[in-house]
Amino acid sequence: MLSFLFRRLLQTIPTVLAVVALVFVLFSVVPGSIVSSMSDDSDPQVELRMKKQLGLDQPVYVRFGSYIAKLATGDFGTSFRTREPVTTMIAKRMWPTLQLICAAMAFAVVIGVPLGFVAALKPGGIVDTLAMVVAVSGLSIAKFWLGLVLMYFFALKLGWLPSFGYGDGGLKYLILPAVTLGVSPMALFARTTRAAVLEIMTADFVRTARSKGMSETRVVKWHVMRNALVIILTTVGLQFGALMGQAVVVEKLFSWPGIGSLLVDSVLQRDIPAVQGSILVVVLSFLAINLLIDVLYGVIDPRIRYA
Amino acid sequence: MMFRLVAIIAGLGLALAATAEAQTPRKGGTIRMTAPYGSSFTSLDIHTTQRAQDEIYAKALHRSLYIWNSAEGKPVLELAKEDVVSGGGLVHTFKLRDDAYFHNGRKMTADDVIWSYNRIMDGTKAYPGARFVRMIEGAAAVEKGQAKEISGLKKIDDFTVEMKLTEKVDPGFYFFTALTSIYPADEGAKESFLQKPIGLGPFKFVEHVPGSRIVLERWDRFYKPGKPYADKVIVSIMAEAAARDVAFRNKEIDTSVLGPAQYVAYQNDADLKGTVVEVAEVFTRYMGMNPAFKPFADKRVRQAINYAIDTDLIINKLVKGKAYRATSWLPLTSPAYDKAMKPYAFDPAKARQLLADAGYPSGFEFEWTTSQNESWGLPIVSAVIPMLDKVGIKVKVKQVETAVLSEVVRSGDYQAFIYSQATGPDPQAALKCFHSLTPQPACNYMNYKNADFDKLIDEAGQADDAAKRIQLLQKANALLYEEAPVWFFNYNKAVMAVQPWLKGIQLNATELTHQNVEDLWVDETSPAK
Repeated sequence: MLSFLFRRLLQTIPTVLAVVALVFVLFSVVPGSIVSSMSDDSDPQVELRMKKQLGLDQPVYVRFGSYIAKLATGDFGTSFRTREPVTTMIAKRMWPTLQLICAAMAFAVVIGVPLGFVAALKPGGIVDTLAMVVAVSGLSIAKFWLGLVLMYFFALKLGWLPSFGYGDGGLKYLILPAVTLGVSPMALFARTTRAAVLEIMTADFVRTARSKGMSETRVVKWHVMRNALVIILTTVGLQFGALMGQAVVVEKLFSWPGIGSLLVDSVLQRDIPAVQGSILVVVLSFLAINLLIDVLYGVIDPRIRYA
Repeated sequence: MMFRLVAIIAGLGLALAATAEAQTPRKGGTIRMTAPYGSSFTSLDIHTTQRAQDEIYAKALHRSLYIWNSAEGKPVLELAKEDVVSGGGLVHTFKLRDDAYFHNGRKMTADDVIWSYNRIMDGTKAYPGARFVRMIEGAAAVEKGQAKEISGLKKIDDFTVEMKLTEKVDPGFYFFTALTSIYPADEGAKESFLQKPIGLGPFKFVEHVPGSRIVLERWDRFYKPGKPYADKVIVSIMAEAAARDVAFRNKEIDTSVLGPAQYVAYQNDADLKGTVVEVAEVFTRYMGMNPAFKPFADKRVRQAINYAIDTDLIINKLVKGKAYRATSWLPLTSPAYDKAMKPYAFDPAKARQLLADAGYPSGFEFEWTTSQNESWGLPIVSAVIPMLDKVGIKVKVKQVETAVLSEVVRSGDYQAFIYSQATGPDPQAALKCFHSLTPQPACNYMNYKNADFDKLIDEAGQADDAAKRIQLLQKANALLYEEAPVWFFNYNKAVMAVQPWLKGIQLNATELTHQNVEDLWVDETSPAK
């Protein structure tokens, strides 16, 4: 297990380096700079001096080398825009994003997985049809529109929840953005669970268990659920990463102070250290979650070995 | 007076404001403003950012030497009680307030003013306020690294500062925005200042949730007796117009900037119509034409473009009436606006004739660089393309981000572009953008050169008589209209919805969202007690 973890951690290094290099190259070729986003009336000499001070006058490979060297010491650099350490900026934004994603994922799992499960137990029935209508709608609905609809009903019409903002970080501020973000993975989990359960129900080992006289409840609990969980877990892991990217729409709509909006703002203002730091954190989170999922496979299904 | 006149014509909300003034302001409560322009606050260091978004909170937190008086339509002294002019109009001696306290309890002195202006001229930082402070003698030398301190600034005593300018201008127009806020010299350089800024404004910093909101609370030692009225100000970042609409209807926010679609919707809603206030802001929207691109070097071609576009139709149908037709460069609310000016008529036949006279009977093709902006970007360009096509001019669209567009216009790397540019409040500064000595990256984006125009601007700069100066500037503005270096599109009509319990909203022509917050108050019907 330990050697597996070590190998996986080593594998992340080239991925991280590739992402950092890609971001570097992209921001070297796209037009626009921090200086032009700060002032549209600055002296050309000032621009040159500022670029020199920020190291932007150096060739890309020199800047890249210097960035990697800093990164190795855990230094993500200093924001061009706010002059804060990027790690501080990210730390402030990471917690709200984690809150949002975890709440969205909890909503998606709690609603989506049982829905898919129940649908699969009686395929073609009313519950199945309804569940699949919900699933298809959930997957096709635009987050922006859904967010507005939820705001309209739960804030404006019913007055139950605030329509925007982070407030004190309390649950009432979290519900609408989390549901908005969670509807799409919820639908996906419902479909994945249904498909997985239907497939396992027809497997030989399930037929064997039934023929040996095992009760349907025990069959479902010990054979179907356990085997379906591996597939569901894979989908959950992938969705965690996807939600990091999708959160930006919800964060912008609900004025939620997460890392997604930090990334977009930093891109628009050409704050390269903040862009690099934000992307790196998103990538690292994605890799960490995938690693965690791999470890959980073994816990759920002992047949999976870490060779 | 021109400002006031236009504000009266433009301001549906004036009745609201007048009612507010008739009532006794209530102490206490919370003002909940919104920052609607796209993204997070750039920084808590207001010297570093020129975005209108950031100045919304900065108007509550900071103070500058002057402040904008919306009712009078001009800058007035704020941190100084008196300005004595000498030296042929170039030397200003400011008698500073001796009752202005920073939020750390220390009294402001002349050292703070001098330190702040020197900071803004730091040539390694590209502070946007440098464009204003550069007007002080010796400031450019500091910016270029040739001097340590601005020679034109002199401390006479703790509460007197002498400022020598390079040009005979009204310094009020240069030192009223938050870009030139006065910082405490001893605190402004500290790293902690970036997390917890200290200012001279009516509200002090409490909390910043990046990407979400800024919270400020009343500064009890503010120098204006009895002010501010409210206990707290919350400025929430709300980029999405639809989300703002829900929050406004849900009474969660007190102000909401409206886009063209909402402008129509609010006007047609009996419950919301009374909440709308509007003002002609000092921004001109236009298509800039590069004279280095051969067809645009000919005045007749540029005029033909102005004749070929049905500008009124675009303003009425596409912009939903949320703009005023531009008649030249200076906007309606400029003190030098000439109301006798008439816009170019929609006359495709004349456009075709002018093109033929200029040697383009079959028209030509050009590339038009634009952003996505709904009021002065791609939707407008898309509407203009078929109009130009009818006179033989083909357009290739090049779409870029707004941040990229600003670099494109400064570098001159375009054939044509569409933009929104500040054209006030100082008409002299606005027109000086077209002076041949103004570099393209500064604000002479069309790289305009015309000796007659230069002469008029130079004479206006030397004029002692205000009326004569205005007359010269109006002549320069008329010359610009004739020369048509741009397609004169519109002047922005800023529209904001204001909850009925929020009183004292000012029709600020420089930017409607920028309010002198100490004058605002909420009555007892506000849900945020």
